[in-house]
Amino acid sequence: MFDSNFFAEPRDLIYGALTGLVFGFLLQKGGVTRFQTIVGQFLMRDHTVMKVMFTAIIVGGIGIYGMVDAGVALKMHIKSATLWGNALGGVIFGVGMALLGYCPGTGVAALGDGSKHAIYGILGMIFGSALYAELHPWFKTHVLQVSDLGKETLASSTGISPWWFLAALAIGAILGFMRLERWELRRGRGVKTSAA
Amino acid sequence: MTDLFKKARWSPYLVGTLLGVLSWITFYFMEKALGTSTTMVKVAGLAEGVVSESHVRNNDYMAKHLVGTPAIDWQFALVLTMGFGAFIAARLARSRFSETVPEVWAARFGPSKAKRYIGAFLGGAILLFGARLAGGCTSGHGISGSLQLALSSWTFLLSMFAAGTAAAFLIYGKEGRAHV
Repeated sequence: MFDSNFFAEPRDLIYGALTGLVFGFLLQKGGVTRFQTIVGQFLMRDHTVMKVMFTAIIVGGIGIYGMVDAGVALKMHIKSATLWGNALGGVIFGVGMALLGYCPGTGVAALGDGSKHAIYGILGMIFGSALYAELHPWFKTHVLQVSDLGKETLASSTGISPWWFLAALAIGAILGFMRLERWELRRGRGVKTSAA
Repeated sequence: MTDLFKKARWSPYLVGTLLGVLSWITFYFMEKALGTSTTMVKVAGLAEGVVSESHVRNNDYMAKHLVGTPAIDWQFALVLTMGFGAFIAARLARSRFSETVPEVWAARFGPSKAKRYIGAFLGGAILLFGARLAGGCTSGHGISGSLQLALSSWTFLLSMFAAGTAAAFLIYGKEGRAHV
Protein backbone atom coordinates (compact mmCIF):
# COMPACT_ATOMS: atom_id res chain seq x y z
CA MET A 1 0.00 0.00 0.00
CA PHE A 2 1.07 3.62 -0.64
CA ASP A 3 4.17 3.11 -2.83
CA SER A 4 6.39 1.63 -0.17
CA ASN A 5 6.87 -1.43 1.96
CA PHE A 6 4.02 -1.71 4.40
CA PHE A 7 6.47 -2.66 7.14
CA ALA A 8 9.75 -1.02 8.11
CA GLU A 9 12.89 -3.14 8.42
CA PRO A 10 12.45 -6.05 10.87
CA ARG A 11 15.28 -4.67 12.99
CA ASP A 12 13.42 -1.38 13.41
CA LEU A 13 10.24 -3.19 14.36
CA ILE A 14 11.97 -5.38 16.92
CA TYR A 15 13.77 -2.38 18.43
CA GLY A 16 10.50 -0.47 18.53
CA ALA A 17 8.65 -3.35 20.14
CA LEU A 18 11.32 -3.77 22.81
CA THR A 19 11.39 -0.04 23.51
CA GLY A 20 7.60 -0.03 23.81
CA LEU A 21 7.67 -2.84 26.35
CA VAL A 22 10.16 -0.99 28.55
CA PHE A 23 8.45 2.37 28.06
CA GLY A 24 5.01 0.99 29.01
CA PHE A 25 6.51 -0.91 31.93
CA LEU A 26 8.18 2.21 33.33
CA LEU A 27 5.10 4.41 32.90
CA GLN A 28 3.02 1.91 34.86
CA LYS A 29 5.59 1.61 37.65
CA GLY A 30 5.72 5.38 37.79
CA GLY A 31 1.97 5.50 38.32
CA VAL A 32 1.42 7.81 35.37
CA THR A 33 -0.85 5.32 33.62
CA ARG A 34 -3.50 6.40 36.14
CA PHE A 35 -6.10 9.10 35.49
CA GLN A 36 -5.82 10.04 39.17
CA THR A 37 -2.10 10.80 38.86
CA ILE A 38 -2.37 12.90 35.70
CA VAL A 39 -5.38 14.92 36.79
CA GLY A 40 -3.88 15.09 40.28
CA GLN A 41 -0.88 16.86 38.76
CA PHE A 42 -3.02 19.44 37.00
CA LEU A 43 -5.02 19.97 40.20
CA MET A 44 -1.65 20.43 41.96
CA ARG A 45 -2.31 17.64 44.44
CA ASP A 46 0.09 14.99 43.18
CA HIS A 47 3.35 16.02 41.53
CA THR A 48 4.39 12.62 40.20
CA VAL A 49 4.14 13.70 36.55
CA MET A 50 6.50 16.64 37.08
CA LYS A 51 8.97 14.50 39.02
CA VAL A 52 9.05 11.79 36.36
CA MET A 53 9.26 14.20 33.44
CA PHE A 54 11.86 16.57 34.76
CA THR A 55 14.08 13.74 35.97
CA ALA A 56 13.83 12.10 32.52
CA ILE A 57 14.61 15.40 30.79
CA ILE A 58 17.66 16.12 32.96
CA VAL A 59 19.12 12.60 32.94
CA GLY A 60 18.35 12.21 29.24
CA GLY A 61 19.78 15.62 28.39
CA ILE A 62 23.03 15.05 30.28
CA GLY A 63 23.56 11.76 28.45
CA ILE A 64 22.70 13.07 25.00
CA TYR A 65 24.80 16.24 25.26
CA GLY A 66 27.52 14.22 26.97
CA MET A 67 27.66 11.89 23.97
CA VAL A 68 27.64 14.84 21.56
CA ASP A 69 30.55 16.46 23.43
CA ALA A 70 32.44 13.17 23.50
CA GLY A 71 32.31 13.16 19.72
CA VAL A 72 29.71 10.42 19.28
CA ALA A 73 27.98 10.83 15.91
CA LEU A 74 24.48 11.15 17.29
CA LYS A 75 21.43 11.86 15.18
CA MET A 76 19.44 14.58 16.92
CA HIS A 77 15.65 14.72 16.69
CA ILE A 78 14.81 18.37 17.14
CA LYS A 79 11.44 19.54 15.87
CA SER A 80 10.98 22.84 14.11
CA ALA A 81 10.24 25.83 16.32
CA THR A 82 6.93 26.82 14.75
CA LEU A 83 6.31 28.76 17.91
CA TRP A 84 2.62 29.62 17.46
CA GLY A 85 1.88 26.03 16.54
CA ASN A 86 3.86 24.73 19.51
CA ALA A 87 2.15 27.15 21.90
CA LEU A 88 -1.40 26.86 20.56
CA GLY A 89 -1.02 23.10 20.09
CA GLY A 90 0.27 22.87 23.65
CA VAL A 91 -2.74 24.74 25.00
CA ILE A 92 -5.19 22.54 23.07
CA PHE A 93 -3.23 19.47 24.16
CA GLY A 94 -3.37 20.52 27.82
CA VAL A 95 -7.15 20.91 27.70
CA GLY A 96 -7.52 17.50 26.06
CA MET A 97 -5.16 15.91 28.58
CA ALA A 98 -7.11 17.33 31.52
CA LEU A 99 -10.35 15.97 30.07
CA LEU A 100 -9.00 12.54 29.10
CA GLY A 101 -6.64 12.17 32.06
CA TYR A 102 -3.93 10.68 29.88
CA CYS A 103 -1.55 11.75 27.16
CA PRO A 104 -1.15 9.56 24.06
CA GLY A 105 1.60 7.35 25.51
CA THR A 106 0.16 6.96 28.98
CA GLY A 107 -3.31 6.41 27.46
CA VAL A 108 -2.12 3.45 25.45
CA ALA A 109 -0.19 2.10 28.44
CA ALA A 110 -3.27 2.62 30.65
CA LEU A 111 -5.09 -0.02 28.59
CA GLY A 112 -2.62 -2.59 29.85
CA ASP A 113 -3.02 -1.28 33.38
CA GLY A 114 -6.77 -1.96 33.26
CA SER A 115 -8.33 1.35 32.28
CA LYS A 116 -11.45 0.66 30.20
CA HIS A 117 -12.30 4.27 29.41
CA ALA A 118 -8.86 4.79 27.86
CA ILE A 119 -10.16 2.83 24.84
CA TYR A 120 -12.56 5.67 24.06
CA GLY A 121 -9.74 8.13 24.54
CA ILE A 122 -7.65 6.29 21.95
CA LEU A 123 -10.56 6.22 19.49
CA GLY A 124 -10.84 9.97 20.08
CA MET A 125 -7.11 10.36 19.39
CA ILE A 126 -7.48 8.62 16.03
CA PHE A 127 -10.44 10.85 15.19
CA GLY A 128 -8.50 13.93 16.30
CA SER A 129 -5.59 13.12 14.00
CA ALA A 130 -7.93 12.57 11.05
CA LEU A 131 -9.58 15.91 11.78
CA TYR A 132 -6.24 17.68 12.02
CA ALA A 133 -5.11 16.18 8.71
CA GLU A 134 -8.15 17.78 7.02
CA LEU A 135 -7.51 21.18 8.57
CA HIS A 136 -3.72 21.11 8.28
CA PRO A 137 -3.55 23.33 5.15
CA TRP A 138 -5.31 26.17 6.97
CA PHE A 139 -3.12 25.85 10.07
CA LYS A 140 -0.02 25.62 7.93
CA THR A 141 -0.65 29.01 6.35
CA HIS A 142 -2.19 30.80 9.30
CA VAL A 143 -0.28 29.38 12.25
CA LEU A 144 2.76 27.27 11.40
CA GLN A 145 4.29 29.55 8.77
CA VAL A 146 3.77 32.71 10.81
CA SER A 147 6.86 31.99 12.83
CA ASP A 148 9.11 29.09 11.91
CA LEU A 149 12.56 29.46 13.43
CA GLY A 150 13.67 26.00 12.33
CA LYS A 151 15.37 23.36 14.45
CA GLU A 152 16.56 25.72 17.16
CA THR A 153 17.39 24.77 20.72
CA LEU A 154 17.53 26.95 23.81
CA ALA A 155 21.31 26.80 23.39
CA SER A 156 21.55 27.51 19.66
CA SER A 157 19.05 30.37 19.76
CA THR A 158 20.82 32.15 22.64
CA GLY A 159 24.43 31.17 21.99
CA ILE A 160 24.71 29.90 25.56
CA SER A 161 26.20 26.42 26.15
CA PRO A 162 23.61 23.66 26.61
CA TRP A 163 25.40 22.75 29.84
CA TRP A 164 24.30 25.99 31.47
CA PHE A 165 20.68 25.09 30.73
CA LEU A 166 21.13 21.53 31.94
CA ALA A 167 22.91 22.72 35.09
CA ALA A 168 20.17 25.27 35.79
CA LEU A 169 17.50 22.62 35.27
CA ALA A 170 19.31 20.10 37.47
CA ILE A 171 19.93 22.55 40.32
CA GLY A 172 16.38 23.91 40.05
CA ALA A 173 14.95 20.40 40.09
CA ILE A 174 17.05 19.20 43.02
CA LEU A 175 16.22 22.24 45.17
CA GLY A 176 12.58 22.34 44.06
CA PHE A 177 11.92 18.65 44.52
CA MET A 178 13.69 18.59 47.91
CA ARG A 179 11.34 21.32 49.11
CA LEU A 180 8.38 19.57 47.55
CA GLU A 181 9.25 16.25 49.23
CA ARG A 182 9.56 17.90 52.65
CA TRP A 183 6.26 19.67 52.12
CA GLU A 184 4.51 16.48 50.97
CA LEU A 185 5.88 14.63 53.99
CA ARG A 186 4.52 17.32 56.30
CA ARG A 187 1.13 17.17 54.65
CA GLY A 188 1.26 13.39 54.72
CA ARG A 189 0.53 13.31 51.04
CA GLY A 190 3.70 11.69 49.80
CA VAL A 191 3.52 9.51 46.71
CA LYS A 192 2.35 6.05 47.61
CA THR A 193 5.63 4.43 46.57
CA SER A 194 6.81 3.62 50.07
CA ALA A 195 3.50 2.15 51.15
CA ALA A 196 3.48 -0.47 48.42
CA MET B 1 15.55 -7.32 42.31
CA THR B 2 12.39 -9.43 42.25
CA ASP B 3 11.18 -7.42 45.21
CA LEU B 4 11.53 -4.27 43.15
CA PHE B 5 9.43 -5.77 40.35
CA LYS B 6 6.75 -6.71 42.86
CA LYS B 7 6.49 -3.16 44.10
CA ALA B 8 3.37 -1.46 42.78
CA ARG B 9 4.96 1.95 42.48
CA TRP B 10 8.53 2.96 41.95
CA SER B 11 9.98 6.27 43.00
CA PRO B 12 9.17 8.84 40.30
CA TYR B 13 12.86 9.82 40.32
CA LEU B 14 13.91 6.24 39.57
CA VAL B 15 11.34 6.00 36.77
CA GLY B 16 12.42 9.36 35.37
CA THR B 17 16.08 8.32 35.48
CA LEU B 18 15.32 5.07 33.66
CA LEU B 19 13.28 6.93 31.03
CA GLY B 20 16.27 9.21 30.51
CA VAL B 21 18.55 6.20 30.12
CA LEU B 22 16.03 4.62 27.72
CA SER B 23 16.35 7.79 25.62
CA TRP B 24 20.14 7.41 25.50
CA ILE B 25 19.63 3.87 24.20
CA THR B 26 17.08 4.80 21.53
CA PHE B 27 19.18 7.77 20.36
CA TYR B 28 22.45 5.86 20.26
CA PHE B 29 21.49 2.36 19.15
CA MET B 30 18.30 2.97 17.18
CA GLU B 31 18.68 6.56 15.92
CA LYS B 32 15.21 7.20 17.26
CA ALA B 33 13.54 9.36 19.88
CA LEU B 34 10.61 8.27 22.07
CA GLY B 35 7.31 9.45 20.66
CA THR B 36 3.78 8.15 20.22
CA SER B 37 1.36 10.56 18.58
CA THR B 38 2.56 10.19 14.96
CA THR B 39 1.32 6.62 15.14
CA MET B 40 -2.23 7.87 15.73
CA VAL B 41 -2.03 9.71 12.39
CA LYS B 42 -0.91 6.49 10.74
CA VAL B 43 -3.77 4.53 12.27
CA ALA B 44 -6.26 7.19 11.15
CA GLY B 45 -4.76 7.25 7.65
CA LEU B 46 -4.79 3.47 7.36
CA ALA B 47 -8.45 3.40 8.38
CA GLU B 48 -9.24 6.11 5.80
CA GLY B 49 -7.17 4.23 3.24
CA VAL B 50 -9.36 1.16 3.56
CA VAL B 51 -12.32 3.27 2.45
CA SER B 52 -10.54 5.52 -0.05
CA GLU B 53 -6.86 5.34 -0.86
CA SER B 54 -7.05 8.45 -3.04
CA HIS B 55 -8.29 10.48 -0.08
CA VAL B 56 -5.12 9.64 1.82
CA ARG B 57 -2.94 10.32 -1.22
CA ASN B 58 -4.55 13.68 -1.84
CA ASN B 59 -4.24 14.85 1.73
CA ASP B 60 -0.76 16.36 2.13
CA TYR B 61 -0.58 15.68 5.83
CA MET B 62 -1.63 12.02 5.57
CA ALA B 63 0.53 11.51 2.49
CA LYS B 64 3.58 12.77 4.37
CA HIS B 65 3.09 10.01 6.94
CA LEU B 66 1.94 7.17 4.71
CA VAL B 67 2.99 7.57 1.09
CA GLY B 68 6.49 6.38 0.24
CA THR B 69 7.21 5.53 3.85
CA PRO B 70 6.35 2.34 5.75
CA ALA B 71 3.03 2.43 7.58
CA ILE B 72 4.18 0.11 10.34
CA ASP B 73 7.46 1.51 11.62
CA TRP B 74 9.58 1.72 14.77
CA GLN B 75 7.15 3.97 16.61
CA PHE B 76 4.13 1.97 15.50
CA ALA B 77 5.71 -1.17 16.98
CA LEU B 78 6.47 0.78 20.15
CA VAL B 79 2.85 1.91 20.55
CA LEU B 80 1.64 -1.65 19.95
CA THR B 81 3.74 -3.11 22.78
CA MET B 82 3.40 -0.27 25.31
CA GLY B 83 0.14 -1.61 26.69
CA PHE B 84 1.70 -5.01 27.11
CA GLY B 85 4.67 -3.52 28.98
CA ALA B 86 2.28 -1.79 31.37
CA PHE B 87 0.32 -5.02 31.71
CA ILE B 88 3.44 -6.94 32.74
CA ALA B 89 4.40 -4.22 35.22
CA ALA B 90 0.95 -4.30 36.80
CA ARG B 91 0.73 -8.08 36.88
CA LEU B 92 4.13 -8.53 38.53
CA ALA B 93 2.97 -6.35 41.39
CA ARG B 94 -0.64 -7.56 41.27
CA SER B 95 -1.57 -3.90 41.02
CA ARG B 96 -3.65 -4.16 37.84
CA PHE B 97 -7.07 -2.66 38.34
CA SER B 98 -10.23 -2.11 36.38
CA GLU B 99 -11.55 1.37 35.88
CA THR B 100 -14.47 2.62 33.83
CA VAL B 101 -15.25 5.89 35.61
CA PRO B 102 -12.41 7.47 37.62
CA GLU B 103 -13.29 8.70 41.11
CA VAL B 104 -12.36 12.31 40.39
CA TRP B 105 -14.52 12.30 37.27
CA ALA B 106 -17.45 10.71 39.14
CA ALA B 107 -17.19 13.32 41.89
CA ARG B 108 -17.87 15.99 39.32
CA PHE B 109 -19.94 14.33 36.59
CA GLY B 110 -21.56 11.38 38.35
CA PRO B 111 -21.16 7.65 37.82
CA SER B 112 -22.48 7.51 34.23
CA LYS B 113 -20.24 5.38 32.04
CA ALA B 114 -21.63 6.92 28.85
CA LYS B 115 -20.74 10.42 30.03
CA ARG B 116 -17.21 9.36 30.87
CA TYR B 117 -16.74 7.57 27.56
CA ILE B 118 -17.89 10.65 25.65
CA GLY B 119 -15.60 12.81 27.78
CA ALA B 120 -12.68 10.47 27.11
CA PHE B 121 -13.38 10.47 23.37
CA LEU B 122 -13.57 14.26 23.24
CA GLY B 123 -10.47 14.58 25.39
CA GLY B 124 -8.57 12.20 23.12
CA ALA B 125 -9.67 14.06 19.99
CA ILE B 126 -8.69 17.48 21.40
CA LEU B 127 -5.42 16.03 22.69
CA LEU B 128 -4.27 14.62 19.37
CA PHE B 129 -5.44 17.66 17.44
CA GLY B 130 -3.21 19.75 19.68
CA ALA B 131 -0.33 17.29 19.42
CA ARG B 132 -0.40 17.40 15.62
CA LEU B 133 -0.56 21.17 15.56
CA ALA B 134 2.33 21.36 18.03
CA GLY B 135 4.31 18.67 16.20
CA GLY B 136 4.49 16.22 19.09
CA CYS B 137 3.05 15.06 22.39
CA THR B 138 4.23 14.50 25.95
CA SER B 139 6.77 11.92 24.76
CA GLY B 140 7.99 13.42 21.48
CA HIS B 141 8.10 17.00 22.73
CA GLY B 142 7.77 16.60 26.50
CA ILE B 143 10.57 14.11 27.01
CA SER B 144 12.58 13.63 23.80
CA GLY B 145 12.41 17.24 22.61
CA SER B 146 12.87 18.86 26.00
CA LEU B 147 15.94 16.79 26.82
CA GLN B 148 17.51 18.06 23.58
CA LEU B 149 16.57 21.54 24.82
CA ALA B 150 14.48 22.13 21.69
CA LEU B 151 12.84 25.55 21.60
CA SER B 152 9.70 24.01 20.10
CA SER B 153 9.43 21.45 22.89
CA TRP B 154 9.89 23.86 25.79
CA THR B 155 7.27 26.14 24.24
CA PHE B 156 4.92 23.16 24.03
CA LEU B 157 5.70 21.89 27.52
CA LEU B 158 5.08 25.19 29.29
CA SER B 159 1.84 25.96 27.45
CA MET B 160 0.64 22.39 27.97
CA PHE B 161 1.19 22.52 31.75
CA ALA B 162 -0.38 25.97 32.05
CA ALA B 163 -3.46 25.08 29.99
CA GLY B 164 -3.84 21.64 31.57
CA THR B 165 -3.79 23.16 35.06
CA ALA B 166 -6.33 25.85 34.18
CA ALA B 167 -8.55 23.33 32.38
CA ALA B 168 -8.44 20.81 35.22
CA PHE B 169 -9.49 23.44 37.77
CA LEU B 170 -12.35 24.49 35.48
CA ILE B 171 -13.43 20.94 34.66
CA TYR B 172 -13.11 19.22 38.04
CA GLY B 173 -13.21 22.14 40.43
CA LYS B 174 -13.47 21.71 44.19
CA GLU B 175 -15.44 18.45 44.01
CA GLY B 176 -12.75 16.82 41.93
CA ARG B 177 -9.88 18.26 43.90
CA ALA B 178 -11.22 16.76 47.12
CA HIS B 179 -10.96 13.31 45.54
CA VAL B 180 -7.36 13.30 44.37
